[in-house]
Amino acid sequence: MRIYPAKPKTVYFYGTCLVDMFDPEAGLDAISLLEQQGLEVIFIEKQTCCGQPAYSSGYTKEAKLVAQNQMDLFVDPWPVIVLSGSCGGMMHHHYRRLYQGDSAQATVEKFCNRVFELTEFLVNVCRIKLEDKGDATSVVMHTSCAARREMNVHVTATQLLNQLQNVELKIPAYESECCGFGGTFAVRHPHISQAMVEDKTRHLSETKAAVLVSADWGCLLNINGAFEYQGQSLKGRHIASFLLERIGGK
Amino acid sequence: MSLTASSRVAKRAILARLNRVKLPPIEKETLSYPRWKTQDEQLLTQRFIAGLSANHAEVICVNSTEIAATLTQVLTSKAYKSVVLGCACDETLSDSAANECTAYHCEKGEFYAEILAGARHCDLLQFDSVVEDFKSRLFNEVDAGITHCFGGIADTGTLVLWPDRAEPRTLSLIPPCHIALIKRSTIVSNFAGMMSEQAWQEKMPTNIVLVSGPSKTADIQQTLAYGAHGPSQLIVILVEDR
Amino acid sequence: MNHSSKGPEHFHSQAKAALGDPQLRQNFRGAMDYLQDKRKSAFHDPVEEEKIRDLSEAIRQRCLSKLPQLLELLDTNCTRNGIEVHWAENSDEANDIIARIAQRHEAKLIIKGKSMVSEEIELNHEMAKLGIECLESDMGEYIVQLDGDKPSHIIMPAIHKNKQEVSDTFEHHLDNFTPTLDVDELIQTGRTRLRQKFYDADIGLSGVNFAVAETGSLCLVENEGNGRMCTTVPKVHIAITGIEKVVEFLSDVPPLYSALTRSATGQAITTYFNIISSPRKSGERDGPLEVHLVLLDNGRTQAYQDADMRKTLQCIRCGACMNHCPVYTRVGGHAYGTVYPGPIGQIISPHLMGLDKTKELVTASSFCGACAEVCPVRIPIPDILQRLRTAAKNPPEADMIPMTGQASAASTLESLAMKGFAFAATTPTLYHAGTWSATKLKGLMPDNIGPWTQCRTSPKFADNTLHQLIKTRNKKKGETS
Repeated sequence: MRIYPAKPKTVYFYGTCLVDMFDPEAGLDAISLLEQQGLEVIFIEKQTCCGQPAYSSGYTKEAKLVAQNQMDLFVDPWPVIVLSGSCGGMMHHHYRRLYQGDSAQATVEKFCNRVFELTEFLVNVCRIKLEDKGDATSVVMHTSCAARREMNVHVTATQLLNQLQNVELKIPAYESECCGFGGTFAVRHPHISQAMVEDKTRHLSETKAAVLVSADWGCLLNINGAFEYQGQSLKGRHIASFLLERIGGK
Repeated sequence: MSLTASSRVAKRAILARLNRVKLPPIEKETLSYPRWKTQDEQLLTQRFIAGLSANHAEVICVNSTEIAATLTQVLTSKAYKSVVLGCACDETLSDSAANECTAYHCEKGEFYAEILAGARHCDLLQFDSVVEDFKSRLFNEVDAGITHCFGGIADTGTLVLWPDRAEPRTLSLIPPCHIALIKRSTIVSNFAGMMSEQAWQEKMPTNIVLVSGPSKTADIQQTLAYGAHGPSQLIVILVEDR
Repeated sequence: MNHSSKGPEHFHSQAKAALGDPQLRQNFRGAMDYLQDKRKSAFHDPVEEEKIRDLSEAIRQRCLSKLPQLLELLDTNCTRNGIEVHWAENSDEANDIIARIAQRHEAKLIIKGKSMVSEEIELNHEMAKLGIECLESDMGEYIVQLDGDKPSHIIMPAIHKNKQEVSDTFEHHLDNFTPTLDVDELIQTGRTRLRQKFYDADIGLSGVNFAVAETGSLCLVENEGNGRMCTTVPKVHIAITGIEKVVEFLSDVPPLYSALTRSATGQAITTYFNIISSPRKSGERDGPLEVHLVLLDNGRTQAYQDADMRKTLQCIRCGACMNHCPVYTRVGGHAYGTVYPGPIGQIISPHLMGLDKTKELVTASSFCGACAEVCPVRIPIPDILQRLRTAAKNPPEADMIPMTGQASAASTLESLAMKGFAFAATTPTLYHAGTWSATKLKGLMPDNIGPWTQCRTSPKFADNTLHQLIKTRNKKKGETS
């Protein structure tokens, strides 16, 4: 289990490339949530992508170049809050692996240890208390596999949703099963990925929840694309936007 | 190249490849894991019986005076006609050197009189020759094989057999029913404990078998079926000896 | 129906065919649900689960750290016990050893207990060439062999079939069989047909679950009793195993055995656990007169060379990784085209067959990590897959020994694309230009972008990037303050 630091004054914010391109509002919403906790949020303009696409395709050298470049941007010892469990997993878990046996290993370890996914930071460091101001609704959550198994943050995301008094959390069948995204996997093995996302969307919609939330835009690209293709109305949104809306911050 | 010569070449090549990796040997770990344990004899017996029963074995508790009658009742109720047993009171065996006859039961032929009495109405076969001479009858004529047990494991409901010349391996394997006599006092909490307390590593016999129920399989559509290739019935006569 | 595959090179078409077979998919989903539930109930206490996995991992790592010494000790102690030990570098050598033993005894029939290593060396096929029949006696393996097929799971070989399909197989291949959906009857059919074979067989062949160096003992785990039959009734017993199966101490066995059965089928213990330490001794009345142990390398020493890939050899073959794999659940075991399917197959097969043949397999994972989450010896399967992907795409680092088939998936185009990605991701101006134009030119995004849009609409870019929004936001803040 991870040991969490005391609440700092300032944090870095890591938006991730997918949020940057597909749901920038979620980035702003997350920043608002953090600011409401009294934190100064620093967004480094030069940040790009964590390097996961190269890493998971087997291009370790290229991934390491990107990793080094990103780490160099966050010079102060503040926590780095990442808006995705998957990118968080890359930066918290896999950056270490890239530097195994490297002379910079110790420095990299230090960086990895200050990477946090948004929900785990809100729960375990900020000890956030949410006051639900919304109407009664029901929600189903999809947690990315990296968020679940590398970052263990399905727990914290659930805790946040459970704090919302007027929100009923529905649990889908095969909750912990992968949605079939897996980055390049979806394109390299389209038929298997299709079978997986078709099952996932079916299980999610069978809950009859009004809202789908996730803390990972990779999965949401996949799931939302499939829902829209199927002509279904359920559309996943980032958990940060949902939370902010519920507490009347929007 | 002869079998041994080519094997030697392969051995040298494999070890050379492994030895190319210079790995510091890892010391024995100090980790342990929770093993079910109790000092309470009643709990011990309860768990032993529960485990075996859950795995479809029949357990009958008796004291030593009841063995014969119980056996008769079992054999009669199942309509068994032909029964095979070891040669536990074989005179030649009890004379043999102790280390040649590792067994825990054969010298004394414990309960042998009771077994003979209990099965007197059946055809009694004695496993007193090599299997080659006995195989046909064992495969084709016998309803049940009766053995003693080396011990029992309460945690998982397991019989421990150390087959030997008196009670060969196939006695508990080929007949469609295996009837096992086990003394209450030989049941211990768990497998790891039995192994280490008795220092098995210093005296491994030809064969040790742990038996935790009748033979079974779930190979067809995950449906449990008993009597795959070994006995389809396991009847345990648990003798109170304390 | 015969689902056999042409090999891992054809993974794509085999997977596609499997996905299009609703009965097959239902059989696998049902079986995996069952096995997942069984495992879950066997590890109802998460603290206990963690402890037994910690210990099992530690034991396997310790044993691998001394592998050459332990193998020599095993050889010495088995030989002392009267077990003949043979070493084989590859399948040909292993088959040659077994053939020579069989010929020495003029054997016509080898009755087999479950052994994945014998599948690995295609023993049945090779012996048939010499006029020696190999007959599978594990119920699942027997069904699969009747079909002329291969196992689709390492623990439950006929898991791809339902009872109707098993009845069909029996009806097709067995004389005087009356079709039935009664599983007991089906099993009794197998039992009856095989019984005489145990009686007649000249040689019994088995695998090994744990080979104990300290005592020179072979441990076998099973439920059916066919393993005991194979290793007890015929005059000769041949055990074959990979070199990684050796453990140091007899006391290493109970925890590994418990981890194995609970992970595999959710059983606290199997019906039989059989420890064989020697052939029949003088005065004993049964048991084989000869016991042989064949130790097979077949690429395992290659995995041993690398610190990450060495962990592949920690495997105790429980099959939990495949039972929990969303890919395996959907395509089944045959699609992989390898002896070992699923996640463990994806990381061991490159060493057995070369990366050139298995390069598609190493990409067939979404890196979801469900396999590593349940592995009783904590093999970091996704991390190893990532290493294999790297080895498939790139030449070895200067100090590394190349793998068989290293860099066989290298693609100039993809490599350029990844270099381009790395350049863009490390050059913020270029990255911003890219994301900016993606959002501004989103009207140009085609509706059909290859495989992605076969079941999804194309991704919808936002109107502005987060970078732009934050700039605007900061500007506003600046104005108000």
